[in-house]
Amino acid sequence: MQRILLFLYSLRAFLLFVLLEAVAIWLIVSFNSQQGSAFFNSSNKFSGKVLTAQKNVSEYFSLADVNARLLDTNAELLTELEILRKPADSAYVFVDSVLAANFEFKGAKVINNSIRLSQNHLTINKGSKHGIKPGMGVFNGEGVVGRVKGVSTNFATVISLLHTELLISSKVDSSEVFGSIKWDGVSPRYAKMLYVPRHVKVAEGDNIVTSGYNAIFPEGIKVGVISEVKQGSDTNYLDIIVELATDFTKISYVYLVENTVEAELDSLYKSSGISNE
Amino acid sequence: MNSSRVLVLTISFILFSLVQIIVLKNLVLFGMAFCFLHVLFLLLLPIETKTIPSLFIGFVLGLFVDLFYDTVGIHTASMLVIAYLRSPWIKVLTPTGGYDDNMRPTILNVGIGWFSTYSLPLFLIYNLVFFFIENLGTELFLPVVQKIIASTIFVFVLSIIVQLLFYRRRRGI
Repeated sequence: MQRILLFLYSLRAFLLFVLLEAVAIWLIVSFNSQQGSAFFNSSNKFSGKVLTAQKNVSEYFSLADVNARLLDTNAELLTELEILRKPADSAYVFVDSVLAANFEFKGAKVINNSIRLSQNHLTINKGSKHGIKPGMGVFNGEGVVGRVKGVSTNFATVISLLHTELLISSKVDSSEVFGSIKWDGVSPRYAKMLYVPRHVKVAEGDNIVTSGYNAIFPEGIKVGVISEVKQGSDTNYLDIIVELATDFTKISYVYLVENTVEAELDSLYKSSGISNE
Repeated sequence: MNSSRVLVLTISFILFSLVQIIVLKNLVLFGMAFCFLHVLFLLLLPIETKTIPSLFIGFVLGLFVDLFYDTVGIHTASMLVIAYLRSPWIKVLTPTGGYDDNMRPTILNVGIGWFSTYSLPLFLIYNLVFFFIENLGTELFLPVVQKIIASTIFVFVLSIIVQLLFYRRRRGI
């Protein structure tokens, strides 16, 4: 017995190494899922505070750029407003609330962003206190950014579109052909569109927008532009490369969108046995 | 080891981790050369540090850096590998006269040749483990190899610069 104990004692460094490594692997496996807890990542209270302090300094360097983008968005919205404005002699018809908007929007500031890993995340300065929930869609003035992963009181972690396991249901704007956008991990400018059958005609330069099928994003938020269509190695699907609309190197402010009927939709899908990507 | 040395080590621990999460996290050269300079703290612990304390230090430092990179456990796992290999690797590299007492293996103390043979393989293993786990499930081979090699070179060059600038001969920072 004593010899066994002595033997184990002589291996103590190795045993500790194995134990701690097992803890690390457990952390990797259990906290890197898409719906993680907010404790062991950048949205916990402590790291959120540090990142906010850092962002408060560094955001001065990008003020001019942010201003220019806001001006662009403003101009677009003004144009849209002009179209919606009723002419003087028009009559107003009340539309039933069934057709009313099912989406609510919120704004937030990005305090942490990465683009060079293969599983990138952002951190934003709004949390459960401000009504942010896991699963909400995130976009900015240019296009889709990602999806909320974990939420703490004041901060939230967002899975970037530049994450090799995130699928965004989207469609070709002109022809309504739908597929899933997935990042391949190489360049932050390009992603791939999966599950588009070979017989479908798509052309370079077609716009890709969100499809609205998976209830995270409303229909029609811009994702990117098709830059290349190849026959590819897969016998069933086309190989489509999409140039992303969002410039991930310069994200400062984002909007979050919440689907107010998502719970209803989810339970409907569940009860009818449909799993949506 | 007296209390002033412990203080110096604690301060450099805090400095290394702060610099890593505030400055170097945003610094990626050419889109592939990452800089994990916090590994240098572990490498520059006094030479007679045993494996068990360095495992604990590596675990804490790795977990702390992980919080900010949103890569829970990946830095921790790689740090633990380095912490475990460090002590045997130092033993293998013992020069003929043996080591001085209480020495930290900085360039100024041990020379650039010894430091290169000591640190380069460890940096390489760190980046290898980190990018291997990080890219599990993806089919990227070439970009990962590029990242590993570029990061190793970058962090090695930066660690030489940091030591020449901030370390004095014999006694710590």
